[in-house]
Amino acid sequence: MPEPSFLFGQFLGGLTTAMFLFLIASGLSLIFGVLRVLNFAHGSFYMIGAYLAWQIVGWIGPGSNGAFWLAALGAASAVALLGAVVERVLLRHLYGREELYQLLFTYALVLILGDAAKVLWGTGQLSVSRPPMLAGAFQLFGATIPYYNLFIMLLGPAIAGLFWLVLHRTVIGRMVRAAALDREMLGALGADVGRLYTGMFAVGSFLAGLGGALVTPIKSIVPGMDVEIIVEAFIVVVIGGLGSLWGTFLGALIFGQVLAFGILIFPRFSMFAAFVLMAVILIVRPWGLLGRPLRS
Amino acid sequence: MTMAKRIPWTLIVFVAALTIPYLGSRFYTFLATDIIILALFAVSLNLLLGYTGLVSFGHAAYFAIGAYTCGILMKTYGIPFGIGFVAAGILSGLFAALFGFFCVRLTKIYFAMLTLAFAQIVWAICLKWNSVTGGEQGLLNVPSPDLGWMASLPLIGDMRSADHFYLVALVLVALCFAVLRRIVDSPFGRILNTIRENPERAQFIGIDVRRYELAAFSLAGTFAGLSGALFGLFNRGVFPDFGYWSKSAEVLIMAILGGMGHFWGPAVGAAALILLNQQITAYTQYWPFILGTILIILLFVFPGGIVGALHAGYVRLRARRDA
Repeated sequence: MPEPSFLFGQFLGGLTTAMFLFLIASGLSLIFGVLRVLNFAHGSFYMIGAYLAWQIVGWIGPGSNGAFWLAALGAASAVALLGAVVERVLLRHLYGREELYQLLFTYALVLILGDAAKVLWGTGQLSVSRPPMLAGAFQLFGATIPYYNLFIMLLGPAIAGLFWLVLHRTVIGRMVRAAALDREMLGALGADVGRLYTGMFAVGSFLAGLGGALVTPIKSIVPGMDVEIIVEAFIVVVIGGLGSLWGTFLGALIFGQVLAFGILIFPRFSMFAAFVLMAVILIVRPWGLLGRPLRS
Repeated sequence: MTMAKRIPWTLIVFVAALTIPYLGSRFYTFLATDIIILALFAVSLNLLLGYTGLVSFGHAAYFAIGAYTCGILMKTYGIPFGIGFVAAGILSGLFAALFGFFCVRLTKIYFAMLTLAFAQIVWAICLKWNSVTGGEQGLLNVPSPDLGWMASLPLIGDMRSADHFYLVALVLVALCFAVLRRIVDSPFGRILNTIRENPERAQFIGIDVRRYELAAFSLAGTFAGLSGALFGLFNRGVFPDFGYWSKSAEVLIMAILGGMGHFWGPAVGAAALILLNQQITAYTQYWPFILGTILIILLFVFPGGIVGALHAGYVRLRARRDA
């Protein structure tokens, strides 16, 4: 039996991973919930967010708190804009068509954005240092926790809470929920569904970009991070339920722990365990732990 | 239409393909082998995609299972190619039946997700089960099939061994195409079409939709496995990437590019994609960028793919002539 403090550290590591995944997967889930599009390019938006954050920090000059936060918000906003343009100019025209066309369209974006990033930023590893205000670490029950990780662990629930508030306490949120249930009816009632879709795609992309920007102090930026994260985000939304906010949160928590402890139990097969979990959930409860069955 | 129908296009293409080794170019034989093997892979997917209306995002799993089965049997156990090839088809078909049993219970996006999940499981096993699959390094130096007997044949005896392998692959692929053609033209194939057009109605007139979908899934997996077995030998090695989801996406693109509304569409798509890749990678390393752009143009401008666009053009031409 390993030391309790070690297990606690492992648990916190899983929690940090989970909150990053929640940030990214919540955007994916939101876009699916409202637009009914499974966006393969979500991982690419995450990667672009990471590269842009690195770029902006480089422009401002690294080492200051302001540079980091500005870079994170700037990168996320730029990715949101990119998402809005893609939705408005291209994706919109595929809504009436079969799902296969939408899937392949977002896959084409993966290919294009992956190469675009290579052209713009090369293929080497890049990294961004933590903002000075979150540079240290503290001890808890014998485990060392960097302040930055604590910040991420708190950011996840904060974003989830904000999401819930917006969805359940505002007019926009009501429209979003209505669009998820019956988009034709919402349009017939006079809501501008087109603008809502563009807006939701932009918000989802913003979250992907933010996730990418915030991950830079922990993981180095490399080509291929887009494909890696999208598979993990798929697992998270499938476990929790496509289109469900709290489901995504729960899915991220479970997946984070499966990765953290899977590595201890069968080191070589932790990813395997995650895919098996995904398959089992799809077989037993296709709409996920907290999702609702789709109406046909 | 009558003219076009009377010309035995399939036979012409097959005979033309047989003459490729006589061009005497190593490179043409290499390209042609690549094309026919992936054409079989793409056509096998179309049994699901175009005929049954099921979008599989994990078809590469069966390609990989076939490739590993044949490769492991030949390399590790020294079993001859003929048996390895048949075993590859059987095993990938069995796995397709096992995975398909669960997949066909789901619809649309969930079906696609579960096929993806199974394929990723297969990929993860191939990647990590070092003692059997060679792990990340892959299964290297898979022995060439023993084709010494071909040296004594007239006309083709003095060809290079790569040409011999090409001819064997061509005959095997042609046989698979013949069987697939029989399948889609049979009453069974018609029922698959009915399911694609309207699953509820198919259920209503007494068709056990799931059972037919499972049969289609298993058959598609079997033929994908056979193409994988050939590809592993052609490639002289089998790698975990064979089962990765980007490989599944690639074969989907082939099918769409050629046109999933026609039996030969995916084969045309495979040929087009491979030739295009050859041309473009000579100029730039940014092939994915070009492929993504082609895909977007295809989705927006030619959703019927190459064969769909040609057919539409042909119909328009005929209408003008008849007018």
